[in-house]
Amino acid sequence: MSEAANTQAEEDIAIQLIGMHKWYGDFHVLKDINLSVARGEKIVVCGPSGSGKSTMIRCINRLEEHQQGQIIVDGIELTNDVKKIDEIRREVGMVFQHFNLFPHLTVLENCTLAPIWVRKTPKEEAEAIAMKFLERVKIPEQALKYPGQLSGGQQQRVAIARSLCMNPRIMLFDEPTSALDPEMISEVLDTMISLAEEGMTMICVTHEMGFAKTVADRVMFMDAGEIIEQAPPQEFFDNPQSDRTKLFLSQILHNA
Amino acid sequence: MAIVKTERHPDMPPPTSEAGVIGWIKNNLVSSPLNVVLTVISIYVVWIAASNLISYAFINANFAGDSRADCTGTGACWVFIKVRFGQIMYGFYPVDERWRVDVGYILGAIGIFGILSDWVKNKKWPALYMFAVYPIICFFLFSGGYFGLTVVDTSEWGGLFLTLVLASVSIFVALPLGIVLALGRRSEMPVVRMLCVGFIELIRGVPLITVLFMSSVMLPLFLPEGMNFDKLVRALVGMSLFSAAYMAEVVRGGLQAIPKGQMEAANSLGLGFWQAVGLIVLPQALKISIPSIVNTFIGLFKDTTLVLIIGLLDLLSIVKAGTTDKEWLGMATEGYVFVAATFWVFCFSMSRYSIWLENKLHTGHKR
Repeated sequence: MSEAANTQAEEDIAIQLIGMHKWYGDFHVLKDINLSVARGEKIVVCGPSGSGKSTMIRCINRLEEHQQGQIIVDGIELTNDVKKIDEIRREVGMVFQHFNLFPHLTVLENCTLAPIWVRKTPKEEAEAIAMKFLERVKIPEQALKYPGQLSGGQQQRVAIARSLCMNPRIMLFDEPTSALDPEMISEVLDTMISLAEEGMTMICVTHEMGFAKTVADRVMFMDAGEIIEQAPPQEFFDNPQSDRTKLFLSQILHNA
Repeated sequence: MAIVKTERHPDMPPPTSEAGVIGWIKNNLVSSPLNVVLTVISIYVVWIAASNLISYAFINANFAGDSRADCTGTGACWVFIKVRFGQIMYGFYPVDERWRVDVGYILGAIGIFGILSDWVKNKKWPALYMFAVYPIICFFLFSGGYFGLTVVDTSEWGGLFLTLVLASVSIFVALPLGIVLALGRRSEMPVVRMLCVGFIELIRGVPLITVLFMSSVMLPLFLPEGMNFDKLVRALVGMSLFSAAYMAEVVRGGLQAIPKGQMEAANSLGLGFWQAVGLIVLPQALKISIPSIVNTFIGLFKDTTLVLIIGLLDLLSIVKAGTTDKEWLGMATEGYVFVAATFWVFCFSMSRYSIWLENKLHTGHKR
């Protein structure tokens, strides 16, 4: 492969995890994780609780520190260098299970805070961008309310809009619908599906298998800190290879 | 067979109880025989206390006159307070210079109004004035020596003026320093954390009286000959550090109540540590700590009276000194009632302000 082609290939890779390990004290949470996510690729990660799925995506924007191996996001390797960490965090949006909106700020202020303070966007411009994304997630009329006055589904959509305001190239979703009432799950999933259709690079930890089938390019199954199996959704659901995956699928699909 | 509701129930107003004053009395004061008895007893006790207080403080009290001989009534003799009012307010601050203290009060009132009032929208200027400009103005205004103002030594400061100086300086120093200490105590850097924990635990483990004694009596022993800090400055440093340690623990309580997810969300948006702390964590932590912070302020305000033991003449000690004047023997009650009432007015105002602030900052349900 020529030098140019090599660089080209590197540019097409959004996230790369190479031989990554992580421990909590003596507990080996993540074992030899190898993962390469192409630009625009959508990956759904599933697995039993405690399998390390959340920890893995939290390592990607350094909310958790890995102890061994390499994580390269957008061509930048994650080290202890705070500048590089901040650089990566600006490009990587994250949506949390419990929304983590800022309760003392209005919805609009939640969305403009980071653009104003991190990107130094002028206030008026930041507000215009925020309103654009709030319209996209279909709640512009709630802009001046406080998060505590919104429903769970609305709060999660605000959280998505808040991340999008930073214009990220990659979005991480950490069980975005797990804390929601059943009736509110679809409004959040719809937002995520439209985001996927626009070509956003996404890694999504979720148990919404319908969502996985609709948008995922690849579904990954994790257990006990290891990636056990990964395949395109069709193959993953119709023809799982490992016994552990089969057991997991039979349990969650049984209830679905 | 399924049971289906075909007609939806309309929304209705809540059932109204008997409205008006009569209804309220009926429901709250005389709803049962026991309640009637308790109401009667309570009214009797309140009546006895209030009537005695009013007759002591107003009806049987003396207001006119200017000497002990004018204390003819059976109640309080406020003549004592009246005659010594200047001293109670300003201590031994020279009479011709007392306007400087008044100007300081007025400038302070303007600043406080700017910060507290809802009418002033942009708090940046009042805050800058109050925290950066006002203390400097006060320093030059009160101690003099510049701009043609005569020097007034701090040993001449006293009365309510000294109490307010002690309380406000300690409060202004204690809150920011307490926040820094609280953050330091939660720091991941071991040296910073140990220093903060050490400071907080050392100061908290010692009575304030001891801190004041040490600053006033022991510190000079360790300082080289001829080097001597002002007694008031030493008391201020002691009180500020003491209350900062308490404030640190109050703020730490607030910091711990903020879910970890708030910091994570701020970090994931690219905010640095100080931005995340300053914009996200601290505003929320301070908001929930308001009752405890104000509680500490109120305690601190009253603790200023302890400077009596190192010979500073604050409001309480100057009144106490007045009661030992042989011209005015037997005026201790009036003096202490006046001091108590003055302290109560200040502390109660702080308490009301904190309640008002809590309501103002309330933003719906948490999370």
